[in-house]
Amino acid sequence: MNESLRNIWTILKRELTGYFASPVAYVFIVIFLLLNGFFTFMLGGFFEQGEASLSRPFFNWHPWLYLFLVPAAGMRLWAEERRVGTLELLLTMPITAWQAIVGKFLACWTFLALALALTFPVVISVFYLGHPDGLAIISGYIGSFLLAGAYLSVTLATSAITRNQVISFILSVVICFFLILAGWEPVTNLLVRWAHPDIVELVAGFSVMPHFANFQRGVVDFRDLLFFASVIVFSLFSTSVILRNLRGA
Amino acid sequence: MIHVENLIKEFGPKRAVNGVSFTVKRGEILGFLGPNGAGKSTTMRMITGFIPPTSGAVRIAGFDISEKPIEAKKLIGYLPESAPCYSDMTVNGFLRFTAELRGLRGAAIDSAVANVAGLCFLEGVLHQSVDTLSKGYRHRTCFAQSILHDPQVLVLDEPTDGLDPNQKHEVRQIIKRMGQTKAIIFSTHILEEVEACCTHAIIIDHGTVVANGTPSELKSRADNAGSVSLRVHSIAAETVRTRLNSLSLSGKVTLQGSDVTVTARIFPRDRTLSGELARAVADLAIKEGWRFDELYTEEGRLDDVFRTITLPNSVKSTSKD
Ligand SMILES: Nc1ncnc2c1ncn2[C@@H]1O[C@H](COP(=O)(O)OP(=O)(O)OP(=O)(O)O)[C@@H](O)[C@H]1O
Ligand SMILES: [Mg+2]
Repeated sequence: MNESLRNIWTILKRELTGYFASPVAYVFIVIFLLLNGFFTFMLGGFFEQGEASLSRPFFNWHPWLYLFLVPAAGMRLWAEERRVGTLELLLTMPITAWQAIVGKFLACWTFLALALALTFPVVISVFYLGHPDGLAIISGYIGSFLLAGAYLSVTLATSAITRNQVISFILSVVICFFLILAGWEPVTNLLVRWAHPDIVELVAGFSVMPHFANFQRGVVDFRDLLFFASVIVFSLFSTSVILRNLRGA
Repeated sequence: MIHVENLIKEFGPKRAVNGVSFTVKRGEILGFLGPNGAGKSTTMRMITGFIPPTSGAVRIAGFDISEKPIEAKKLIGYLPESAPCYSDMTVNGFLRFTAELRGLRGAAIDSAVANVAGLCFLEGVLHQSVDTLSKGYRHRTCFAQSILHDPQVLVLDEPTDGLDPNQKHEVRQIIKRMGQTKAIIFSTHILEEVEACCTHAIIIDHGTVVANGTPSELKSRADNAGSVSLRVHSIAAETVRTRLNSLSLSGKVTLQGSDVTVTARIFPRDRTLSGELARAVADLAIKEGWRFDELYTEEGRLDDVFRTITLPNSVKSTSKD
């Protein structure tokens, strides 16, 4: 294993064990699963929809669910290091800031993936009840995973801005909310009344919604993958710029 | 090993560090002194690559900290001022984590952790969560982290802060021992510590170096350094004064005390002759048949030097601002 991978792995391992050393992780997972169940079965009309599909009752809620849960999971990543002062320790180790950023990001993403994977009973029930499109479910999960990653990368950047977790949480929710609204149908339907449809479409292009919708429908498009990858890379890059500048000032 | 060249750090309009330069070679221990807010921690943060300097350069064994940060950081062990530790880990977990980041693997980690746990008396708390440690133990844990990989360069920001007297002594012993083969720089507010361990000392005030030398060189800058002190009994003070004044080597003579016990302080006319002055005073006292029970040459106290160097400066620059 080369040195930078090893450093990323070391940091990932520490962050991940850090999650499970405290009850926060378990509380988080339980809340995530409860909310998922509530939305899917109570609000999503899983049983009433009359077809075996997860697209609407299950995945539809994920952008909204993640809006609060992902910032909650990631808000401490840098804010806590800054507050306690361990940032000074971490960044004077023989590692690059990038390795630390990627390690932290992957750790939290793994944690979110685990929470997502624990929703498997929903998949079992839908197969039990009917004959769903298995590929659509897989692509829905991929989309949901990428969506969580995109939000998380934003949270990582806001977490680096401040030593206060609450501020980091709120900033992150606001930005992610914008990422939803810009392309959320009720909003775009309103916008086309005032703006040229091309402009509305351009703005919507920055939103996670149309890209996530494709995954939900079972379409894995290269452009959607590219979108999520760019959001993540851009946010991680911003994180590194923020970290560098905060130390300089 | 450590080369610091004209280091400057500005925080907004404020200059925290203003042109600091010095060198620490292998086998040297540099004590870094200065009043609160002088810029000690800021300088150390730049040396260890935590914050980039506004201008100036730091080289660790030839590696520029801004251009070759990884190579330079590999050689450094660093104890930050607040001795931060990851509170959600055990002491053992924390030390192993830092060992891994330092590039140690497998059995090397085990032996390094066991070694520093012994040196810093952490065996009893190895499996305790950092959260629940007392302040001194947390400090020791972070200190252990800094020496774990046996670095060639040690940067310690107030390493004995918050330790009990026994531990202070232990840490000084460790620093002294390691100083024989490494380049060490440590900051402190305890001046005896500098005399006890350091080969060199720097006093920094308002971001500039105001004194630089060996501890004894610094001490000799005290106003009373080189003066001879004599305590005599049952002699009239005026007699003592006139006799002492008549010595060819003596300059000013000050007296303290009553006629029963008088302590005289004789300043040499020329500082380089203070040794001879002491002998002349002793001869005089014996010749006169004075009953004296104390005679010594004042070396100067670091406290006094520190105060005289840093106090007027702070008055000057506050009036400037
Ligand atoms: N991040 C920062 N932003 C603004 N000013 C800062 C920052 N860090 C330090 N300073 C200022 O720089 C000056 C030097 O601080 P520094 O911590 O280096 O002092 P010090 O010599 O270590 O003091 P002490 O003995 O109290 O530890 C102080 O006036 C401090 O307020
Ligand atoms: Mg300090």
